[in-house]
Amino acid sequence: MSKHTLSVLVENTPGILARIAALFSRRGFNIDSLAVGVTEHPDISRITIVVSVESLPLEQVTKQLNKLVNVLKIVELEPGSAIQRELVLVKVRADNETRSQIVEIVQLFRAKTVDVSPEAVTIEATGSSDKLEAMRKMLEPFGIKELVQSGTIAIGRGARSITDRSLRALDRTA
Amino acid sequence: MTEQATGAHHPQPRARNSGGSQQPATVEHVTGAQSLIRSLEEVGADTVFGIPGGAILPAYDPMMDSSKVRHVLVRHEQGAGHAATGYAQATGKVGVCMATSGPGATNLVTPIADAHMDSVPLVAITGQVASKAIGTDAFQEADICGITMPITKHNWLVTDPAEIPRTIAEAFHVASTGRPGPVLVDIAKDALQAQTTFVWPPHTDLPGYRPVTKPHAKQIREAARLIVESKRPVLYVGGGVMKAGATAELKVLAELTGAPVTTTLMALGSFPDTHPQHVGMPGMHGAVTAVTALQKADLLITLGARFDDRVTGKLDSFAPYAKVVHADIDPAEIGKNRAADVPIVGDAREVIADLIVAVQAEYDAGHKGDYSAWWKDLNRWRETYPLGYDLPEDGSLSPQQVIERIGRLAPADTIYAAGVGQHQMWAAHFIDYEKPSTWLNSGGAGTMGYAVPAAMGAKAGKPDRTVWAIDGDGCFQMTNQELVTCALNNIPIKVAIINNGALGMVRQWQTLFYNQRYSNTVLHSGPDAGAAAPGSGSAAGTRCPDFVKLAEAMGCVAMRCEDPAELDAVIAKANAINDRPVVVDFIVHEDAQVWPMVAAGTSNDEVMAARGVRPDFGDNEDD
Repeated sequence: MSKHTLSVLVENTPGILARIAALFSRRGFNIDSLAVGVTEHPDISRITIVVSVESLPLEQVTKQLNKLVNVLKIVELEPGSAIQRELVLVKVRADNETRSQIVEIVQLFRAKTVDVSPEAVTIEATGSSDKLEAMRKMLEPFGIKELVQSGTIAIGRGARSITDRSLRALDRTA
Repeated sequence: MTEQATGAHHPQPRARNSGGSQQPATVEHVTGAQSLIRSLEEVGADTVFGIPGGAILPAYDPMMDSSKVRHVLVRHEQGAGHAATGYAQATGKVGVCMATSGPGATNLVTPIADAHMDSVPLVAITGQVASKAIGTDAFQEADICGITMPITKHNWLVTDPAEIPRTIAEAFHVASTGRPGPVLVDIAKDALQAQTTFVWPPHTDLPGYRPVTKPHAKQIREAARLIVESKRPVLYVGGGVMKAGATAELKVLAELTGAPVTTTLMALGSFPDTHPQHVGMPGMHGAVTAVTALQKADLLITLGARFDDRVTGKLDSFAPYAKVVHADIDPAEIGKNRAADVPIVGDAREVIADLIVAVQAEYDAGHKGDYSAWWKDLNRWRETYPLGYDLPEDGSLSPQQVIERIGRLAPADTIYAAGVGQHQMWAAHFIDYEKPSTWLNSGGAGTMGYAVPAAMGAKAGKPDRTVWAIDGDGCFQMTNQELVTCALNNIPIKVAIINNGALGMVRQWQTLFYNQRYSNTVLHSGPDAGAAAPGSGSAAGTRCPDFVKLAEAMGCVAMRCEDPAELDAVIAKANAINDRPVVVDFIVHEDAQVWPMVAAGTSNDEVMAARGVRPDFGDNEDD
């Protein structure tokens, strides 16, 4: 099994997330991570899905996704030629003794301290899942009180845009 | 990660379509309900099967005034759905069914799932509770869009009356193009009641829906090359050929190449059964020759078929020597179950037309396949293992014989609709289908109860054709209420109940795989009636229900036939009645079985011609 990151451009219509989630569960494909958000075009949303499948089932995933009427385009982003990021917010137990050590870790990972209280600090970090995992391990000994992490979002390197052609397709129907 | 975060409920996501283009001359001021009926008129929906109820009620008022849309009031929404399917399969047009919200809509779920499995173009229109009440668990509310999401090609919830014409146009377009399939349009009651404008044609907006119909020339050439190079090719033909209207092209291709043809359950009639190149139906209950041809083939030319498990048996031992050309309009079918050596995405008609040209070009270049040794094998299997049956020794009716005689005595171009089970397989085997769209059945879903309403839909769409429903007594008890609809709406179908007093196919499996323990498969007597023991021969049972009385009560002419000597006369009598529906209760032997058979989960190499009889293909040395 290998991880694949799919960027799915969809029409911004109600129920599209349910359609995609239902398709994955119905066909027995596991979603590792899912992130939904706006794009530069108000009528198009972008869903980034990370799946762990072999290459043949992956072809089925994309073909079945393509059959959804509201799906405009699917692109697999290769790790080498794409930037992938996750966001984590983590609340770590901190007192006067440990706070400076925690802040040091925050700096090492180029994260940010976004909230401080007498008993805790809240840290914001972005990066690959590997980096965030490494930071979490460093913070664990202090006591993680709460952690929330986003799904992966990804974008290809270079000047090319995966939305160009889809936007033209939308404009043509207008 | 929530959908709200995407701005999914953008107030005017389609505003870009409202400006810029020229306005059609006439803008009619109507209610949403009138807009719906006007839209149905414009898309050419001449027949709608349905039942009104609270949420859809506004639509039924203008329906009454439409001279173009005929509404057939069914007795159960499931009947409406299957009728629309039968109508679509018989006519090639889009079938339409209508139901109210909640239970009305959920009763459509089975026929929608059925149509989805068999790629039938169907538009289901359901009423929904008023838009403000959606999500509040209102009376007769069901999230039918959510419920039917996995069994529709697409569905729409309409809360803005202005969206009705566009949605109906898109619904018919999506249902009927590409790989056909069912769609559902759920319309909130207040949208039907509100004032709006009706403009036709509306702007449709489906940027994500672009079916590919034109096959790739390079793949076609590659397929033609494999065809002329192969020694043992088989044209493996599925329902897609029928849906594409490609049967004439298929005949040309078959006769040009001289390759054997096998037509799946969904494709019966796409190639004449009596054609010398037709080797029968493949699959679990396929003809020995067809099953074996696929197993021994070196090339499958797969046209509009999907390597369904009922065709392939154990997948990893299916057609082990064959290269695969796989043409389908749905790219997702290619490589789903069996890897394709030559994948071709396209409409079957265009694919076959292009293949004819490409194969001819190979011939002109001096390359022609020699299949004479292959035909020697095929003909030997055909002669040794023809389809057949034994007549019961006790003189009772043989179900196969009943079905065969119906096929022989029915007028030309008769349409047959079967239920699901033994009678379905016998009807597939013992009636010759010479023309497309003369065989309707529930293939993928295997929906018992399909036959009577589907026959009704077919007859409504093709009133000049004779329509026979070949049904089992189990199936018939699921949906026979639509005979009332037939009787009251001048839809004179004919129904043959192949009455063996049992759930015959399940009983057959109990005979073969469960030591003749007939748990809950006897229909004509209760659990305490030990007398209905296996092997008791006649299926007379308790005559509960009495199908003759039942059919008569529903306004049909009804007959019973138990004696082979009367068989032809009864069928002739049924054929002669064309002013009312006819039901014939054929009391048949309960132990008749469907053969050949490949047991579930085993390899097609293990096809049994009859119980305990494995065909000898000269490869049994190791056994």
